[in-house]
Amino acid sequence: MFPIDPGPQHPKNTARFHDKTIQIKDCIMPREQIASFTVSHLQILDEKGRVDKELEPKLDKQQLLAMYRWMRLAREFDQRMLKLQRQGRLGTFAPNTGQEAISVPIALAMQDNDWFVGAFRELGGRLVRGEPMVKVLQYYNGFEEGNIQPEKDKRLLPTSVIISSQCPHAVGLAYASKYRGEDTAAVCLFGDGGSSEGDFFEAMNFAKVWNVPVVFVCQNNQWAISVPLKKQTASQTLAQKGIAAGIESLQVDGNDPLAMHVAITEALDRARKGDGPTFIEAVTYRLMMHTTADDPKKYRQEAEEKAAWAKEPMLRFKKYLEDKKLWDDQREEALLAEIKVEVEKAVQEFETPVEFAADTPFDHVYGTKHDEIEEQRQDFLANVKLEADHG
Amino acid sequence: MAKLNMVQAINLALKQEMARDKDVILLGEDVGVDGGVFRVTEGLQEEYGADRVIDTPLAESAIIGSSIGMALAGLKPVCEMQFSGFSYLMMHQFEGHATRMRSRTQGQYTIPMVIRMPYGGGVRALEHHSESREATYGHLPGSKVVIPSGPRNARALMLAAIRDPDPVVFMEPKHSYRAFREEVPEEEEMLPIGQAQVVQEGTDLTLVSWGAMMRPTLKAAAEVQKKRKVSIEIIDMLTISPLDGNTVVQSVTKTGRCMVVQEAPRSFGASSEIVARINDKALMYLEAPVKRLTGYDVVTPYFGREKHYLPSAARVARGINETLDF
Repeated sequence: MFPIDPGPQHPKNTARFHDKTIQIKDCIMPREQIASFTVSHLQILDEKGRVDKELEPKLDKQQLLAMYRWMRLAREFDQRMLKLQRQGRLGTFAPNTGQEAISVPIALAMQDNDWFVGAFRELGGRLVRGEPMVKVLQYYNGFEEGNIQPEKDKRLLPTSVIISSQCPHAVGLAYASKYRGEDTAAVCLFGDGGSSEGDFFEAMNFAKVWNVPVVFVCQNNQWAISVPLKKQTASQTLAQKGIAAGIESLQVDGNDPLAMHVAITEALDRARKGDGPTFIEAVTYRLMMHTTADDPKKYRQEAEEKAAWAKEPMLRFKKYLEDKKLWDDQREEALLAEIKVEVEKAVQEFETPVEFAADTPFDHVYGTKHDEIEEQRQDFLANVKLEADHG
Repeated sequence: MAKLNMVQAINLALKQEMARDKDVILLGEDVGVDGGVFRVTEGLQEEYGADRVIDTPLAESAIIGSSIGMALAGLKPVCEMQFSGFSYLMMHQFEGHATRMRSRTQGQYTIPMVIRMPYGGGVRALEHHSESREATYGHLPGSKVVIPSGPRNARALMLAAIRDPDPVVFMEPKHSYRAFREEVPEEEEMLPIGQAQVVQEGTDLTLVSWGAMMRPTLKAAAEVQKKRKVSIEIIDMLTISPLDGNTVVQSVTKTGRCMVVQEAPRSFGASSEIVARINDKALMYLEAPVKRLTGYDVVTPYFGREKHYLPSAARVARGINETLDF
């Protein structure tokens, strides 16, 4: 993939030595190619719904329908959240629409005791891992309570806002797994912007040096807020960034749930066999705004968005299921009705008034008690009362 | 009971904790085969293996970041920043995650880990090897900052730090690493984090310091007491955050006079916080303004000039006299 290219002025059979061009055959120590690399791209189900029968994974009806249901739930819930936010019923959040085919197949392929280490655009995966929708709503409405998972054993880390800062965490989790001889892996997700961060490179470097069971997944959705991929990197692919760390790396169509299933399954197998990390660049598109506080009209063309909508994952997955006679409009309608009830139930629970104690943050600064914190808590509570009395 | 210097005392603490708990993992640059550039981890890789004493690639952020992951999985990472001057490369991991995970998840996930970092001047080192930045870490909610001053308390605090449920920045005064020896008992000894120690009782003036500055502070106090009939109470803070203001306040209500000695630049330093605590709770007991004797608000000079930058026993003695004579 990257042979040493001497450029047009330097034919491959010649070399420059000081100011003269010499024939390589005359050199006793000619430059030689000592390493070469390739990056493969995996796609199984294209945007028209055509499937590659050779590569098609053996997923049974139940698995396929479950995958479709989770993806559809993530899509519908995401769109419901957008409405809530626009109505002033929810705070700022990062929509996930169009990226369901990445985190859903990943989460479905993971074991319960694997670690899911995400950033903030993995809604579907988080739901699969067991995060209740009401928690998502609480989190995006400004309460830490939204980060508390019903069962800690879900091994679902909270949202990580600092870009790519979660990458080394996954490496440490995987190290612990290797150190203890467990069969668990850590899966770490981040975006194309995150592939420019130092933590991303540091984490990949550590991961391969330690050869720990971790899978890095870059959701390359082409946009880091307003910065397009071509301004983010001059690299031909993001996948090749893993090669520098010695990591097995590939590019996958991130809008293709079948390809994502195959890629993550292979990566997790590699991790569990003790063969170390994998880096998956999942190519997708951020169909919505970065967060609800952002307006993409300022920096990208609607024509580009329109073209991307034609490639989004739900369309092709639905067609795939229809072609397999597993799905039809009637079932789609019934599913949407079912999901609507589920989502509204969560919204209702979210909007049922609960009094979260105002001074909870004082409980969790430290795991030990300290006078200064307790004194400040009393001051805080007195101020809460003062403000209430003041009206 | 053996006479150990601080390097040996911390090494003893690490060794004993690793023997006690196989979840304790050491990692950092050169901590393994080399035993650390100051030899604090000497012999530990030989004894416990390369998977427990890890020579990491050179990347401070990933050292802290991967330690956070290890802590989340239930291990007890004790990682090393080779010099505190290189620790800013991991600041977002520390402030962004280590100090916050408990609060973020209301206690569901916690990050018990120790970050060792040699700090401070006086060893004729290159740039970035001489700063005293305890206030930088002390300012962050959720962070614990511990600074021992001698071999015995270094060992006892290290034990406490490893067993603490929170991230602890353990700042080691490298000027004191091999400066003197103390009897350190073989059997377990712990000092509580968040508690200052009255190392000498007195009635006329409270002298407060920590870390490498305890030596000029103790020396100056002895000199002044020899020359004048005064009784000086000396407090070793030992923990910078959470700060034990009460021990200082109690002392000042008794003595009415106080001086704080810190190596770090004056503005926004731990000494400023200590003065503020006295102001809050003991102002009416004061007979003189609380004096701060500190480094200067300049970039820590190269070692050619550091002699005049670091607070000396002469400056401490003068400060004591001025405060007594006010």
